[in-house]
Amino acid sequence: MIRARWILSCPALALTGCASLPLSYLDSTAPVGGRIAQLGWGMLIISVVVVLIIAGLLVAAIWRGSTEVDGRELAVRRDTGGMRWIYVGVGISSAVLAISAIWTLLTLKAVAQPASGAAPLTIGIVAHQWWWQADYRPSQAQGNFTTANEVHIPVGVPVRFELRSADVIHSFWVPKLAGKTDVIPGRTNSMWVEARQPGIYRGQCAEYCGIEHALMSFRVIAEPIDRFRSWQAAELSGRSPQQGSASAQGAAIFAAHCGACHAMRGTEAGGAYGPDLTNLGSRTTLAAGMIQNTPRNLAYWIRHAQEVKPGARMPNVPLSDADVAKLVPYLEAR
Amino acid sequence: MATVPVPAPEQEKLVRTWETAPGVYGWCATVDHKQIGIRYLVTSIVFLLLGGVEALTLRIQLAQPNLKFLAPEQYDQLFSMHGVTMIFLYALPVLSGFSNYLWPLMLGSRDMAFPRLNALSYWLYLFSGIFLYVGLPLGQAPNGGWFNYVPYTSSEYDPGINIDIFALGLIFLGISTVVGSANFVVTLLRTRAPGMSINRMPILVWGTMTASVANLFAVPALSLACFMLWLDRNFGTSFFAVRGGGQPLLWQHLFWSFGHPWVYALVLPSMGIVSDALPVFCRRPLVGYTAVALATVTTMVIGFGVWVHHMFATGLPTMAISFFSAASIIIAVPSAIAVFAWIATIWTGRPVFKVPFLYFAGFILLFVIGGVSGFMTASAALDWQLTDTYFVVAHLHYVLLGINLFPVLGGLVYWFPKFSGRMMDERLGRWAFWIMFIGFNLAFFPMHIVGLEGMPRRIYTYPADLGVGGWNLLITIGAFMLASGILLFLYNLVRSLSVGEVAGPNPWDAPTLEWSTSSPPPPQNFDIIPIIASRHPLWEDRLEDVEDRSQLTTGYLLDHGRETIGTTPLDAEPNVILRMPGDSLLPLCLAVATSVLFFALLSKLWLIAGLGFAAALVTLILWFAPEPLADPEHPRLYA
Ligand code: HEM
Ligand SMILES: [Cu+2]
Repeated sequence: MIRARWILSCPALALTGCASLPLSYLDSTAPVGGRIAQLGWGMLIISVVVVLIIAGLLVAAIWRGSTEVDGRELAVRRDTGGMRWIYVGVGISSAVLAISAIWTLLTLKAVAQPASGAAPLTIGIVAHQWWWQADYRPSQAQGNFTTANEVHIPVGVPVRFELRSADVIHSFWVPKLAGKTDVIPGRTNSMWVEARQPGIYRGQCAEYCGIEHALMSFRVIAEPIDRFRSWQAAELSGRSPQQGSASAQGAAIFAAHCGACHAMRGTEAGGAYGPDLTNLGSRTTLAAGMIQNTPRNLAYWIRHAQEVKPGARMPNVPLSDADVAKLVPYLEAR
Repeated sequence: MATVPVPAPEQEKLVRTWETAPGVYGWCATVDHKQIGIRYLVTSIVFLLLGGVEALTLRIQLAQPNLKFLAPEQYDQLFSMHGVTMIFLYALPVLSGFSNYLWPLMLGSRDMAFPRLNALSYWLYLFSGIFLYVGLPLGQAPNGGWFNYVPYTSSEYDPGINIDIFALGLIFLGISTVVGSANFVVTLLRTRAPGMSINRMPILVWGTMTASVANLFAVPALSLACFMLWLDRNFGTSFFAVRGGGQPLLWQHLFWSFGHPWVYALVLPSMGIVSDALPVFCRRPLVGYTAVALATVTTMVIGFGVWVHHMFATGLPTMAISFFSAASIIIAVPSAIAVFAWIATIWTGRPVFKVPFLYFAGFILLFVIGGVSGFMTASAALDWQLTDTYFVVAHLHYVLLGINLFPVLGGLVYWFPKFSGRMMDERLGRWAFWIMFIGFNLAFFPMHIVGLEGMPRRIYTYPADLGVGGWNLLITIGAFMLASGILLFLYNLVRSLSVGEVAGPNPWDAPTLEWSTSSPPPPQNFDIIPIIASRHPLWEDRLEDVEDRSQLTTGYLLDHGRETIGTTPLDAEPNVILRMPGDSLLPLCLAVATSVLFFALLSKLWLIAGLGFAAALVTLILWFAPEPLADPEHPRLYA
C-alpha cells in the first residue's frame, strides 16, 4: 500500500517539481485526505486516458480522410455507417462512468464517519471575516479556552470540528487532511479529520467571503498527544503571570486601546470582536497566517493593519513608539 | 431540378412588403429577424471584448505572487463583472444571435413567430446590459461573484448599490430571456416550412429549442431569488437573513436550480452548430442524427436534476449528496453520444480543411477535456477538494470557451457568407485559429495543475510559498495570446466585410435550407415558401436514400402583405396563414419604459418608477390593440 502510494505520488512530484506544496492534496496520507487522494488519482488517470484515446481517434479520423480533395463530392451517399461508433463508444463510456460512480459512493461512505465511529475530541471553529476562532472545551471540570488561527490537534486521534460562522459563508479547508466543508451562518456543519504525521498543515478559507478572502488562511498543528496535552494545559491556565512594571504598563495600554475588541484571559480586556490574544507569543503567524509572528511584524501590524491586510476589520491603531515598545513585549511574552 | 425564378413584379412586391423602412425610423422600428440577429451578435461580441479586458486585468494581477496592480476591492468587482458579462451578456445572447438570424432561414419561414417580441427581447437585452454596467465607472459594480452568495451580498455586509445592480439587472435581463425563449418555442412549433417534420430539423434548432424550454423553467427561479434579495436589502424582509429566520442556503438552491440548466443552455445550441456544420466539412450527413437530437433533450432533462453538485461542500446529508453525485456522473452519457457521433462523422467522411473545420475539430478535443474535468468534479468526495479551486476555473473555461466560444467563432466563419455575401479570409483565419487554440490551452490547461496544487479561486493574490507563481505567469501569457487571436479574428471579419471574396448562395455546398436563398438573403427570405421532403434539401439529388424531392421553387407565394405559413407542431402540415406585423416602434418604447422603471428602482425614485411602469402598461395596451382584419383572400400557389 505504502509502495503503491509512493508510485502514485511520483507524477505529482514531477508535476510540481518540488517535494510538497502547502495546499496540494493529491499527496495526502491522512485517513480522510488519503482516501480522497486515491479516488482523485484514479479519476485523474481515467480522465487522462480518455482524453488521449479521443485525441488519438480524432487525429486518426482526420488523417484517414485527408487524402481526397474535391470539396463538392459527397463522401457518403447513404445515411448509414458510423452508428457502431456510437454503440461501442457509449457502451464503454457508460461502464467506466458506472464504475466511477460506485467508487465515489464507496469513498463517500468511508469518509463520512471516523473508522472508530466517534471522534473523542471536538473543537468548535467560528469563521469570521477574515480570521478563524477555535474553541476548546476539554471537560466540564477544566473549563474552556479560545484561540485563533492556529488549531492544535493530537496526532492519531479523530477530531471533530463543529463549524459556525459569525458573519458570512466561509469554507474550512485543510487540504492535506480532508476536503472542505462550508461554514454557513445559522447552521452548524461538522466534519472530522485525523492527522497521521505530526506537523503543520496549512488551511485556507475556500468560499469567497469578501475582500480579504485571499488572505484568510490558518494552520492546523498536529502534535503527539502528550505535547498536545501540555499545550492545552498551558492554554487553560490563561495568561502566565508576569512581573514588573513594564508588563503592567503593557497591560494598561492593551486594556485601553485593544481591549474593546480583543480578549486577554485573566485581565480585564474581554473584547469578543477580534481574536482572543491570550498567549499570542506561542503562535507562529499573525493576521490569519499572513506574516510571521515576530516583534517587528507585530509592532508594524498594530499601527498599519490596513496596509498589511487592506479592508481587515482592525483599524490602524495610533500608538506612539513608546507605547508600542511596551505593548509588544507584553503581548509576545510567554 | 429546374429553377424557375419567381417573376420580377411578384418578387419586387415581396421585397417592398418585407423591407424595413429606411433611415433612423427603420433602424429603431425594424422587426426583421436578420437585423435583430446581427444586432445580437454584434452586441454580445462587444460584451465578450469587455469581459475579456476585465479578464486580462485580473490576469496581470495574478501573474506573480503578492502583486499590487489591483486593490482587492477592484479585483472583486472585476472578477464579478467578468463572470456576469461572460455568462449573462455574452454566452447566451450570442447564441440567440445565431438562432435569430438562422432559424427562419433554416425552417423555411419569413420571420420568427412574433417579430415584435423579437425586437423587444433584443432591446431589453441591450438596456439591461448597460444597466449591469452602470456601476463599473462609479466603482460600485457588483462584487459578489456571478453567483452572488448571500449573506455576503446582504445589505449588512455589502451596502451600496453594487448588489442592487446585480439583483435588478438580472431580473431585467430575465424578461428579455423569457420573451426570447417563448418566441423560439412558438416559432419552432408553428412556423416550420411544410414538410419539415421534427425529425428533419437541423440540430441547432433542437439545441436552441431545448435551451429555450429550459430557460422558461429556469429563469423564473433566478428572477424570484433576485427579487427576494432585493426585498431583503431594501425593505428589511428576511428571506435569506439568518437574523429574521431566513436561510442562506435557500439562495443557493434557487440560484443553482436556475444556474445548472442555464449552463446547458449555453452549450446545447453551440453543440448544435457543430452537429450541423461539421458534417458539411466531412461531406456526409451527421452520423446518428436521431441519437444526437435525443441526447440533446436528455442532457437537459437530467440537467434539471443535478444542481446540488454545486453545493457538495455545504454539509447536506451524505445520502442526498450521493444521489446528486451519481446523477452528475451519469449525465456524461448523452455527451458521449454526441462525441462519438462527431468522430464517426469525421472518420467515415472526407474532411475538407477549411477554417470552420479547424474550429469544430478543435472543439471536440476541448469538449472532451472539459467533460472529463466535469466528471472529476461530479464525484462528490473528490469535489470536496476540487471545488472553489482553480481546477474549477479550468473546468468552466474549457466548457464555456471550448463548447461555446470555439463553435461560435467557427459558426461565424461558416455563416459569414450568408450574413454578408462575402467569404472570410482563409489564411488570416488559420492564423487566428492557431493563435487562439494554443493561447487558450496555455492559459487554461495549467489552471488544472494549480488547482490540484491547492490554489483557491477568487483570490486577488497568493503567497509565494504556495509554489504556483511560475504556472500563473504562463497562464497570463497564454491569456494575452488568446486575446490577440480573438483580435486577429475580428480584424479578419471586419476586413472581409469589404474585401472578402464574393460568396454566392451556397459557397460550402451545404445541405440545409438557409443556403438555398441568396447571400445575404432578401428581406422576405424566400420568394416561395419551400416544401421540405428530407433533412438535406440541397443534397437530395446526390444522396441515394432520399426518394422524394423538396420543392424549393414551387409552393406558397403569400404576397398579400406580410404573410408566412403556419404548420402543425409535429408533422409540419400547413394549416394556417400567419399575418406578420411590420416595422413598429412599440418594442423600443416598451424597452425604454422598462429601463426607466429599473433605473428608478435602483435609485429609489418610486414616483418615476411608477411612471415607467405606467408607460410600459400603456405601450402594452397599444401593442395588443386589435388591428383591422385583413381581407380574407385565398393564398396564391406559385407553380
Ligand atoms: C480571454 C479569455 C478569458 C480569460 C483570460 C479569463 C480569465 C478568468 C479569470 C482570471 C477568472 C477569475 C478567477 C478567480 O479570481 O477566481 C475568471 C473567472 C470566470 N470566467 Fe473567465 N476568462 C476568459 C474568458 C471567459 C469566457 C469566454 C467565459 C464565459 C463564456 C468566462 C467565464 C468565467 C466565469 C463564469 C468566471 C467565474 C466568475 C466568478 O467567480 O464569479 N471567462 N476568468
Ligand atoms: Cu472566508
